[in-house]
Amino acid sequence: MTVVEVKNLYKSYADVLAVDDLTFSVEPGEILGLIGPNGAGKSSAIKMILDFMKPDIGTVKIFDQSMNEAFKDRIGYLPEERGLYKRLTAIELILYLASLKGMDRKIAEERANVLLERVGMLENRKKKNKEMSKGMGQLIQFIVTVVHDPDLIILDEPFAGLDPIRTDSIQAIISDLRDQGKSVILSTHQMNKVEELCDKVLMIDKGKTVLYGDIQTSKANFRRHSVRLETEGSWNDIPGIVETKLHNGYVELMLAPEITPQEVLDNLVDQGVIINRFEVSTPSLNEIFLVLAGGNHE
Amino acid sequence: MNKVFLLFKHEFIQAIKKPGFIILTLTIPVLALITIGVVDLFSTWFEPDADEITLIGFVDQVGIFEERTDQGFLKLIPYQSKDIAVNALVDGEIDEVIIIPSDIITTASVQRYSMERELETPMGIRYGISNFIVWNLLKDDVPPAIIDNVLTPLEMTVTRLEEDGSVADSQINIGNIIIPGIFAFLLSMALMFGNNSLISGLGEEKESRLIEVLTSSVSVSQMLLGKVLALGAAGLFQVLLWLISAPLILNLASATFGGSLAYIQIPPNFLFFGVIYFILGYLNFAVLAVMVGGIVSTAADGHNLSMLYIMAGYIPLWTFGAFMSFPDSPIWIALSIFPITGPVQTMLIMGVSDIPIWQICTSLGVLVLSILIGQYLSIRIFRTFMLMYGKRPRMKEIFQTLKTS
Repeated sequence: MTVVEVKNLYKSYADVLAVDDLTFSVEPGEILGLIGPNGAGKSSAIKMILDFMKPDIGTVKIFDQSMNEAFKDRIGYLPEERGLYKRLTAIELILYLASLKGMDRKIAEERANVLLERVGMLENRKKKNKEMSKGMGQLIQFIVTVVHDPDLIILDEPFAGLDPIRTDSIQAIISDLRDQGKSVILSTHQMNKVEELCDKVLMIDKGKTVLYGDIQTSKANFRRHSVRLETEGSWNDIPGIVETKLHNGYVELMLAPEITPQEVLDNLVDQGVIINRFEVSTPSLNEIFLVLAGGNHE
Repeated sequence: MNKVFLLFKHEFIQAIKKPGFIILTLTIPVLALITIGVVDLFSTWFEPDADEITLIGFVDQVGIFEERTDQGFLKLIPYQSKDIAVNALVDGEIDEVIIIPSDIITTASVQRYSMERELETPMGIRYGISNFIVWNLLKDDVPPAIIDNVLTPLEMTVTRLEEDGSVADSQINIGNIIIPGIFAFLLSMALMFGNNSLISGLGEEKESRLIEVLTSSVSVSQMLLGKVLALGAAGLFQVLLWLISAPLILNLASATFGGSLAYIQIPPNFLFFGVIYFILGYLNFAVLAVMVGGIVSTAADGHNLSMLYIMAGYIPLWTFGAFMSFPDSPIWIALSIFPITGPVQTMLIMGVSDIPIWQICTSLGVLVLSILIGQYLSIRIFRTFMLMYGKRPRMKEIFQTLKTS
């Protein structure tokens, strides 16, 4: 069963084409990183998946079927901009929204307490939302999103505004959810989180897909023919190096087309150069993002 | 558990816990008690003490004013001249002075001197002096029993007849209009509260994006139905609390206002139609509030926009005076059929006259139709514009949405 299957989706607002032929899928136990510059069409795509609005053309299938009311109990959604009912306590809010997902109150309370403890908020469960900081409110909203044990979780910028400790807590919970076979769509600008957490990445720009696929494969496709080297010796006599770029603490050696990184490593060893670090250059998602989207958004 | 019920329960509890609801609920009975208290206080201050006699010196320039010098709490004392009487007033021997001129028969005028600051002569003193003068002017020509009869205020009993000359089932008196008037006022207040709560709630949820979380759990129809029913129930609960406090307030008011409240009658079928019009009136305002809530980005914008129909809803209360003076004008028939003013206007009409069955049927029919069309359109408008943040859609866009829906 495919959890989310989006095919040839188009959506326009007045004269602006917000989503332009978008196709992707999310399988059980998979985290899809949805990235793209502001206004790329990420939120529009999410809102069409959730059936908040209809596409102009194309289909969205959830759990192999068109979206219907019964599926809403199996979906958890954390919107990008967040707010809470100010007069409710944290636990009242969690239990109310869990009840709307069809969850038994007792089970919801037990699960809420476990999650509150994991994010270090158990002692604040009876605190009113208006008394909470923005970060604390965000943790409560994250718990609201996952407390009913959904099969599909859609998170829009879940780490924005969180300190590193709380970010780690949320990240750990998301990993656990994946391990439990849940599917996650993670929309974020934090590329490092996509690299750490996601199995697949979908980068869109101006509504179009510019990168889609397995993270490692996608990064390999953008691999430059170079190696990164930290050394105490000289690399000047190594054959096949056409250019060098000095970075902070290491040097990047650009290789001639006919030479492989393995041959460079063998030559360095043969010449007795002391090597502290040697790695095949693989661009980060951030670099890929800048290459693919940066040029159009200067 | 049914999601509409869960939404209903949550919204109802939140609505009745709101400070605005609690304040408004308490304000009505408290204001009534304060009004009764103030009237009581003024009556005590300004009503003359039964044991306290007001002494009025009079100078009779005609020479016939000697009988009936005791007029209730007034005692009239003759003086020979104006100067002597005024001196007695200044010395505090009497409270005031009147000069009865020799030409009183033709002028019907007396001069009164007092040391009090008054805009007008108090009623009790005016009637006492008037009775004293009339009695003495007529005593030689008219039998005493007839003079007494003339001096007693005329009591007029009005009976309303039907077109065939038979006595109408419901007779108009001030007592009849009190309950419908109070009901119409409370209904207007409850409608305003419900409307404002609904717009505030939807506005806050749009501003905080909680609307997205809610609609990822329930359908837009379920969400709106839960909210509308909950706030309607909160409005009914509020009116119920006011009605429970009414007997106590009316008892106190009867002691203070006396006579007129003894005539209070609840018109036939009033409670039945009261409940029907409350529910339909509330639903009609609710669908309008949902439309406004869907269009605007913030609660403040919503309140401003909703003033358009809230103000229209108050027309029956604003025109209440004109309605009492000209209850047969066709304007009131039109207002009873127009869905925004219909519930309040119809309840007022029921208080003063029989309302034809065709008028009730038309009023209810138009109201139900208005609700059904409003509900259909409001859900579509809300669904289309609920995700539009930061800007209000143009009328052209709204009409386009309605057209395509």
